[in-house]
Amino acid sequence: MKQCEMLVIGGGPAGLSAAIEAAEAGVQVVIIDANEKAGGQLFKQIHKFFGSSMHRAGTRGIDIGEELLQKCKDLNVEIWLNSLVIGVYDNNVVAVDVKKSLTEHELVKVQTKKIVIATGASENAVKFPGWTLPGVMGAGAAQTMANFHRVLPGKKVLMIGSGNVGLIVSYQLMQAGAEIVGIVEAQPNINGYAVHASKLTREGIPIYTGYTIIEAKGKERVNQAVIGKVNPDWSIVEGSEITLDVDTITIGAGLKPLIGMAYMGGCKLINDRFLGGWAPCHNYNMETTTKNIYVAGDASGVEEANTAIEEGKLCGVSIAESLGYLDSTKAEELKKAIWNRLAGLREGAHGTERTGAKQKQLEEYTKAMEG
Amino acid sequence: MMRVTSHPVLGEMKEIEWVNITVNGKPMKAKKGEMILAALLAEGIIVNRYTTKKQEPRGLFCGIGQCTDCMMVVNGIPNVRTCITPVEEGMTVEVQDGLGKWRGDK
Repeated sequence: MKQCEMLVIGGGPAGLSAAIEAAEAGVQVVIIDANEKAGGQLFKQIHKFFGSSMHRAGTRGIDIGEELLQKCKDLNVEIWLNSLVIGVYDNNVVAVDVKKSLTEHELVKVQTKKIVIATGASENAVKFPGWTLPGVMGAGAAQTMANFHRVLPGKKVLMIGSGNVGLIVSYQLMQAGAEIVGIVEAQPNINGYAVHASKLTREGIPIYTGYTIIEAKGKERVNQAVIGKVNPDWSIVEGSEITLDVDTITIGAGLKPLIGMAYMGGCKLINDRFLGGWAPCHNYNMETTTKNIYVAGDASGVEEANTAIEEGKLCGVSIAESLGYLDSTKAEELKKAIWNRLAGLREGAHGTERTGAKQKQLEEYTKAMEG
Repeated sequence: MMRVTSHPVLGEMKEIEWVNITVNGKPMKAKKGEMILAALLAEGIIVNRYTTKKQEPRGLFCGIGQCTDCMMVVNGIPNVRTCITPVEEGMTVEVQDGLGKWRGDK
């Protein structure tokens, strides 16, 4: 059986950062990534990150991705591509399906000392009549097509959701040449940052607050979207329906942590809407209630890439310390600095709620371990 | 043509190296190394499969290999997630009917 000291599931910002931090201290790391290129969703994030300079504000996600991959290369971090972790078993054994070609797969078992779950998140769907029609897709899917594959998924787009994803992706689809017909937000106010919203309103793009999608019409592809105003009880205001000609409807309705491996590993989960749903409880070191299994990034509760990077580093430091590569004084110093940066990232819009949810996650860990 | 050839952040697209594929029996050019789904979208092909029971069309939904809505028959093999499978010279790609037919299936 293949052996390693630390196995990271998922080579996005959290997984790469965990690997770098641990490898710098001397830990032997293997990253398992399902895609043909690591970097997670960083390579579709062509916008400059926000926050303070401490958090790399002003740097584009794509550049951060290249930088992290280069660091991994320099530190001899082993990255398995086209490889899917299909199971986490007792005694830190991980099963990996390595795709060799369309028809050939190899099943490889890896014996490791530490596991980091950095599987990220998946997009939430919104279900309405016609939601399965071609042309109705996740906002992230449209972003992947336009920014990563450089193919427009459609020309006339209606965005559902005005959170930061909805706003940023709308702007990026416009940059790629699409027309944004409008943005629909069921809540009374725009959900994302004003700085992103104003970039769109300046271009004359209507943001329909208090509206929801009623139906997507079309046969082989969506060709119309019907939207309407919502009452406080979420029913549709009679006569408020508007029909828009579109060829694409993108759904930016939030994300949920990908917790399959945490569930399989027996990690205790908690459900909190500010984490995006179910997420594993963890301690100050990002270790879950299952010894030797750690979690970082969106898999530990949906936030954004900078937070994922910091949580990844926290895993890396904790694991290096636990395996004897870092003395506890040095490790504590590093961890304190990371937690301070995380606190900074959890300020601002919805910051109080997110901080509260993360606090509850730590408390639930303690309760589970004492109980 | 749906390709984003020039972009304010990403710049001009580099000269494209093409490969030849066959889609639903018709020859088509695809960008070397790109995902099958992207190649099809570039040509405006948006239906990847029809569902088993109701024969409803399905297409791109998640774009990152999670949802399986974009599965097609590739080189005779059904249920290939086209959003994460790169094109290859000479590849045949067909719209999938239901769960698809495996070799030997009647």
